[in-house]
Amino acid sequence: MLKFIVSRFFQGLLALFCVLTLTFFLSRFAPGSPYTDEKQIPLHIREQMKEQMGLGDSIVVQWAKSMVDAATGFQGPSWGNSGFSVREVIGQAFPVSISVGLSGLFIALGIGVPAGVLAAAKRNTKIDYSLMSIALLGICLPTFVIGPIFAAIFGFQLQWFSAVGWNQPTDFLLPSLVLGLYYGAYIARLTRSGMLDTLSADFIRTARAKGLPEWRVMIIHALRGGLLPVVNYLGPAFSALITGSFVVESIFGLPGLGTHFINAAKNRDYNLIQGTVCVFAILILTLNFVADLLQAVLNPRLRNVSETAD
Amino acid sequence: MLPRCSALRTNQQGWFIERTLLIRFATLALFTVFVSSCGRTNLVEEATEGKVLLLANGAEPRSCDPHLVQSVGDSNIMRALFEGLVTFHISEDDTAAPGVAERWEPNEDFSVWTFYLREDAKWSNGEPITAHDFAYSYERVLTPELASPYASMLFPLQGAEEFNKGETDDFSTVGVKVIDDRTLELSLIGPMDYFPEVLKHTTWLPVPKETIEKFGKMTDRYTDWQRPGNHVGNGPFVLKSWRINHSLTVEPNSHYWDRETVKLNEIRFIPIPNEYTEERAFRDSRLHYTYTMPNNMIAWYRENQPHLLRTEPYAGSYFYRFNVNEPPMNDPKVRKALTLAIDREAIVKNVTQGGQEPSFGFTPPFKGVYEPPKMVEFNPGKARELLAEAGYPNGEGFPGFQILINTQEAHRTVAETIQAMWKEHLGIDNVTINNQEWKVFQQTLHDLNYEVARSGWIGDYVHPMTFLTMWQTDDTNNETGWSNAEYDRLIREAFEAADPAVRQEKMFAAEKILLDELPIAPIYWYTRVYLLHPDVKNWNPKVLDNRPFKHVDLIDSGPAYQ
Amino acid sequence: MEAIETAPEFAAAEKGSSLGKDAWFRLKKNRLAMICLWVFVAITVLCVGGLPAEKLGLIADPNAINLEDRSVGPSAEYWMGTDHIGRDIFSRILAGGRISLMVGFLATLVSMTIGVVYGSVAGFFGGRLDSVMMRIVDILYALPFMIFVIILTTFFGNKLWLLFIAIGAVEWLTMARIVRGQVMSLKKMEFVEAARSLGLGNWKLIFRHLIPNTLGPVIIYTTLTVPAVMLLESVLSFLGLGVMPPDSSWGTLIKEGADRMLTTPWLLIFPALFFSATLFCLNFLGDGLRDALDPKTSKD
Repeated sequence: MLKFIVSRFFQGLLALFCVLTLTFFLSRFAPGSPYTDEKQIPLHIREQMKEQMGLGDSIVVQWAKSMVDAATGFQGPSWGNSGFSVREVIGQAFPVSISVGLSGLFIALGIGVPAGVLAAAKRNTKIDYSLMSIALLGICLPTFVIGPIFAAIFGFQLQWFSAVGWNQPTDFLLPSLVLGLYYGAYIARLTRSGMLDTLSADFIRTARAKGLPEWRVMIIHALRGGLLPVVNYLGPAFSALITGSFVVESIFGLPGLGTHFINAAKNRDYNLIQGTVCVFAILILTLNFVADLLQAVLNPRLRNVSETAD
Repeated sequence: MLPRCSALRTNQQGWFIERTLLIRFATLALFTVFVSSCGRTNLVEEATEGKVLLLANGAEPRSCDPHLVQSVGDSNIMRALFEGLVTFHISEDDTAAPGVAERWEPNEDFSVWTFYLREDAKWSNGEPITAHDFAYSYERVLTPELASPYASMLFPLQGAEEFNKGETDDFSTVGVKVIDDRTLELSLIGPMDYFPEVLKHTTWLPVPKETIEKFGKMTDRYTDWQRPGNHVGNGPFVLKSWRINHSLTVEPNSHYWDRETVKLNEIRFIPIPNEYTEERAFRDSRLHYTYTMPNNMIAWYRENQPHLLRTEPYAGSYFYRFNVNEPPMNDPKVRKALTLAIDREAIVKNVTQGGQEPSFGFTPPFKGVYEPPKMVEFNPGKARELLAEAGYPNGEGFPGFQILINTQEAHRTVAETIQAMWKEHLGIDNVTINNQEWKVFQQTLHDLNYEVARSGWIGDYVHPMTFLTMWQTDDTNNETGWSNAEYDRLIREAFEAADPAVRQEKMFAAEKILLDELPIAPIYWYTRVYLLHPDVKNWNPKVLDNRPFKHVDLIDSGPAYQ
Repeated sequence: MEAIETAPEFAAAEKGSSLGKDAWFRLKKNRLAMICLWVFVAITVLCVGGLPAEKLGLIADPNAINLEDRSVGPSAEYWMGTDHIGRDIFSRILAGGRISLMVGFLATLVSMTIGVVYGSVAGFFGGRLDSVMMRIVDILYALPFMIFVIILTTFFGNKLWLLFIAIGAVEWLTMARIVRGQVMSLKKMEFVEAARSLGLGNWKLIFRHLIPNTLGPVIIYTTLTVPAVMLLESVLSFLGLGVMPPDSSWGTLIKEGADRMLTTPWLLIFPALFFSATLFCLNFLGDGLRDALDPKTSKD
């Protein structure tokens, strides 16, 4: 097991290196530069800006500097947020995204898994159809539709929450609900299908034949295998949730990470691009690792497989 | 009733999760109780009571350094934090109010200006401001290493351009002369009766030498002096806090010479780039003022809540650029035909809907100063004739081309309408629209890699020159490939003319050439359309969107929506 | 449509052609699935039929601007109202449907195929190959998509095949992870051992025995990918890739409608109705297919 973890750690470092290098070159290839804007800056000033930003060096030197900056924790300046280092920009936004993302995840799992299990248990009945219809509605109404509707209803109609802003401790609820419903719908659909697959397996029939109560069969035996697709979906979904959603942040005016992802790319703020991508890469690598571990836990047959996977 | 989350710059060390996170999860559990018991706080009412102005301000400020900012929103913040030699009048656009200078006088031909600084002008740390501070600031802007994007605003100063281009590194060659601590003399390259207008621009604001050099070299761009706590200014307000994408807060500067005029206790600049979110925030009583307004809601507000809607002229011109190097746009007849086939009246009435003026020239009219020649009109008959003369009767054989826009709904709708007009009036039906991401769009424009491109230009100061200089040959903002020696000569002469009437004439003649050759198709003159809470007082229409915050007041006038 | 066309192939590969017929027979007995199938066919026919109807003048030109009739609600003349510059929403929905359905299905098909093959290979062979393949997936997840798209459009311009590449590049990743997980758990099962002992080669094993058994989650995730792809298409068009104005797609129509839902709700309601109806049908059809194709239930 330890060997597996250590091996994954080094694999992860290598992957991180590849991600940052690729991102570095991708962002330099993108047309436009940090200093292009509607009012064109005179050529000689543009040259000076290039010098100031260290963009006059050769691309290899720039790449090396950027790697050193990443290794030392992104102390370099964010060009789009003068006076702040990339580290601070991300540090300020991270807690916002974490609280919205985590509660969104809990809502998604809290709604999705029970709905999926129930739908599978009551397969092809009215309960199944209505649960799945609600889930589908959650998928069909994207966040940019549901968000403004929720803001209107719970914000300026009912006056329960702020429609916009990040000022009160309750301000995380509405955005996480919007996110949670969307991901919850996916989870419900995947759980139902995973459960159905498992319920037809031989060991479930055996369990039923032994006369175990139905809820035990469902929760203890079937759910373990049934959650497999969800677990694999969760890695990417969770990373996306935590690093924030630009759409939801822009609808609710949240100072989260998702906005920085988009703005960094828009402003060609190369340092911030590296920083945000690094955060996302670390999350995705970690969470996919956790998903692999979970998968082994849920399915004991896999345990030796993952250990041999070096 | 709940403690407001004041996480302003608390996590400077980096990645730590706030303690408030736990509190938030606790609230999740208690939220039913919470919702039924206390509801939420109404920010605008509270804010008005506490004289806290809540302003939406477009995008997140890029900088707190007046020599580095570029956007209108950032300039607004700079004007709260700094004050130049002259400052904005409470209501008049073309009048300069005394700032740090209590009075000033030009020489006979307006080429040398002397400013007399007031004795009680101080930095926000209590240090006095002297003429040396201004000289230092101008040197900083012009020093090439700082790469101030707007350094060219200082080029009217003698020798400034040469110094900025690195042709000399002796600042004494620049026309800035400190006569004594209280007297500053500025020598210009030509007569400029409108010099005080130019002086209002953010690049002319002073910066504190001591503070800047405490945190780095004079020319460092990314130092900590811009942070709350470190920041020193001389405006009516000082920087209190700055949280990225959340808010930037300023409070009154106790050392400001005109402290008693300042009525607000705080201004919160809130970055909300999404106009629909802004409108929701306003409706939810989170804002006193929205930065912009979604086009499609203007009609609703005009009908239902007209007292909240403000529409005022804005010194800006919306137009299409033609790439004059590319056939068929290299033919002035084609450009004229395309320009004449645009029904501007229909566009402003039905599409933009914000009370914009259909433009008949390029430069927006400046009341009492300048009126552009009336040469652009909607005349489909003449347009068809011209197109036929150019060899494309009824649009037959006209090569297909693209309208390039940057991705934004308003631009898209205008482009779709113009595309339809060209089809209807000229029979050109192979026009396509291509939208590009902002920076890609700028690059394409710069590389002259387009046929027709959507453009806009907002004046830097209240004078037609800020609109006309850009069409000179090889101006970085020309970007059409158009060049006309006669035009260049007239602009140069206008610049050198000491007599305002002569300058008027030259500018008028130059614009006539521009509108005859039409490297651009003028469409409309901008307006500012926004929502303003009735509590806000002393808020006057301004053609450059510069609000003298020191006069603004908040007085409870009842709920916004009726 | 791809679920119907391709899924039986997998199943057929396992048991010969009779299973395909069996599955179709079982599907026909599922009333909900059949209703969904017909509704879906009707929507597709309507959208495709919109093109000749436009040419014949039966319905309005989707891009024709009429500044007199701006933001008109549903009426006899405009069944679903008009937008802010007077274009007929019904025509725009049909025209947008042609694009969205095509993009939705082709891009989903591409991403499903890549995802299933990639995931099952990684899951089946495991070990070092799996590690390398899965780290590549992780790397692709982490790359900044917006910049990737911007570069694609600058180097190649705006081409339709680019749209499929851009969408395909992101949408197959999760599918690969899901299939890999299923295959890893399946390959230790008795029937795989049995097949192996019969001397079946690795590839035959993967394609005949493992992939058909992952169809449940694959079908479900595929039907979930379709809406995601359709909405992603509208995001890409803002970055200059894909549908350009004045043409419409369901994604861009819904986005425009969402912004205007307070003043002109029909701009949101009707496109969303078509979009939702299609996805409901697809999903219930997917469920029906899953049931019909389930190799385990078929053994009963």
